[in-house]
Amino acid sequence: MSFKHMFTSSVGKKLVMAFTGIFLVLFLVVHAGLNACIWANDNGLMFNKAAHFMGSFVVPRVLEIGLFVGIFLHIIQGYMLTLENRSKRSVGYAVNYSKGSKWYSRSMALLGTLLLMFLIMHIYHFWTPSRLGGIGAIQGLKTFELNGTEYHNLYAEMQAVFQSPFVVILYVLACGSLAYHLAHGFQSAFKTIGVHNKRYHAIISSIGYGFAILIPLAFAMMPISFYFNLVK
Amino acid sequence: MAHNNLNLKLKVWRQKNANTTGAFVKYDVNDISDEMSFLEMLDVLNEKLIVTGEEPIAFDHDCREGICGMCSLYIDGKPHGPWQANTTCQLHMRAFKDGDTITIEPWRSNAFPIVKDLTVDRGAFDRIIQAGGYVSVNTGNAVDGNSLPINKDDADASFAAAMCIGCGACVAACKNSSAMLFLSAKVSHLAQLPQGEPERKSRVLNMVAQMDKEGFGSCTNTGACEAACPKEISIANIARLNKEYLRAGLTQE
Ligand code: HEM
Ligand code: SF4
Ligand code: FES
Repeated sequence: MSFKHMFTSSVGKKLVMAFTGIFLVLFLVVHAGLNACIWANDNGLMFNKAAHFMGSFVVPRVLEIGLFVGIFLHIIQGYMLTLENRSKRSVGYAVNYSKGSKWYSRSMALLGTLLLMFLIMHIYHFWTPSRLGGIGAIQGLKTFELNGTEYHNLYAEMQAVFQSPFVVILYVLACGSLAYHLAHGFQSAFKTIGVHNKRYHAIISSIGYGFAILIPLAFAMMPISFYFNLVK
Repeated sequence: MAHNNLNLKLKVWRQKNANTTGAFVKYDVNDISDEMSFLEMLDVLNEKLIVTGEEPIAFDHDCREGICGMCSLYIDGKPHGPWQANTTCQLHMRAFKDGDTITIEPWRSNAFPIVKDLTVDRGAFDRIIQAGGYVSVNTGNAVDGNSLPINKDDADASFAAAMCIGCGACVAACKNSSAMLFLSAKVSHLAQLPQGEPERKSRVLNMVAQMDKEGFGSCTNTGACEAACPKEISIANIARLNKEYLRAGLTQE
């Protein structure tokens, strides 16, 4: 058995989904933690420093490449898996069997598509202006100087972006999709990598549901905090 | 106990063979005792059809006591009908009310092609078993049954997995047409016994390969299979199968 075959069989494809999914979960922890700096109420100083560190230090930049590869794999594999699975039943049922499973466990691709649409908007709002100077210049991303180093003022960018109630609503809706995607995905990923012990599975499920509520809630609070001027 | 007769309307999938397209046909069945089994109710309808010169409805069955796995039928949107942990042959008409309309469909999966009406070809499951769902033992004198100590918990867990009757309801229930609950039951049955140890790695790899060849989908852990399974095979077996696959895939030469 080659490694290629191992990861392209029906079970192997699921392993790719699970490993990349868990990697994305870890990314969310880091991302939420760093962004929580906005609540330091120091006019964004701590947050901008954290963002500067992530953008200029080599370790997070290398991890960032891994992140893009991971997201790419996860999305491509997710769509291929969904299309392939759909092709296995050419004639459908007249009455669908919906009682045996949760709607969000059956809607991972739909929730993922909403996340992808959000992600494109999100990258356009914050990542491109900060990392690719050209677009940043077009958007007029502000900078400031501290002890001889130039910092991007991503905090001011957040303040500006989240003035629009429309954008705030889109961000909050995306957090809802994320919550349901994780409510199924978190525990499912651990089943896929083989955790069958009932005691461990019970712990993982509880952590998964807690994670699926708390992390999207923290993210949703960020645009809301800016819109209602709760951070200074 | 009060005995009731029911008048029912049926919507049954009729299809001549694999090459034709089918359609639902409506039938009225009257004076059905609620103590009949679901299959007996279909027998009554078929006898009526034969008398009137119509083609009787083809459906699978054998033991009619819930142990062989031959009966199928997707009844009102659930494999094996509305009761939990139950096969179609053990479903009784008291599950329905007078005047109900019952929709009866075959298992839907490209890996289970329709033979006729409600009968599908589940040969794919046989070929998955042939790929590794066995233990190889050279014949000789029968050994004493107690000479091989087995942990009671392992024996119980193995036996719970061995309950699978290979009916295919898990595939019919799954939005991905995945056969993972079936396969995981077969792999978990043998992986937890010392007799299964020598072929443990090749078994899981070969059976997964055969499952993919047969055209079943990938499991996404929705849990529909477990909810529909007449033998209450636990979805935890799927996680065990994944572990067996990962372990074999990483350590096989
Ligand atoms: C950006 C677009 C995204 C798409 C299109 C997408 C799509 C999918 C699909 C189709 C599945 C498989 C469904 C299943 O196994 O039931 C899945 C699973 C998963 N996704 Fe996503 N996803 C996206 C983003 C994310 C993000 C941002 C995360 C971050 C936490 C994530 C975490 C997971 C996890 C943990 C699983 C479970 C893996 C498994 O079931 O084994 N996904 N995703
Ligand atoms: S796992 Fe359950 S539903 Fe699937 S074939 Fe076995 S007995 Fe039938
Ligand atoms: S006919 Fe044997 S299980 Fe139903």
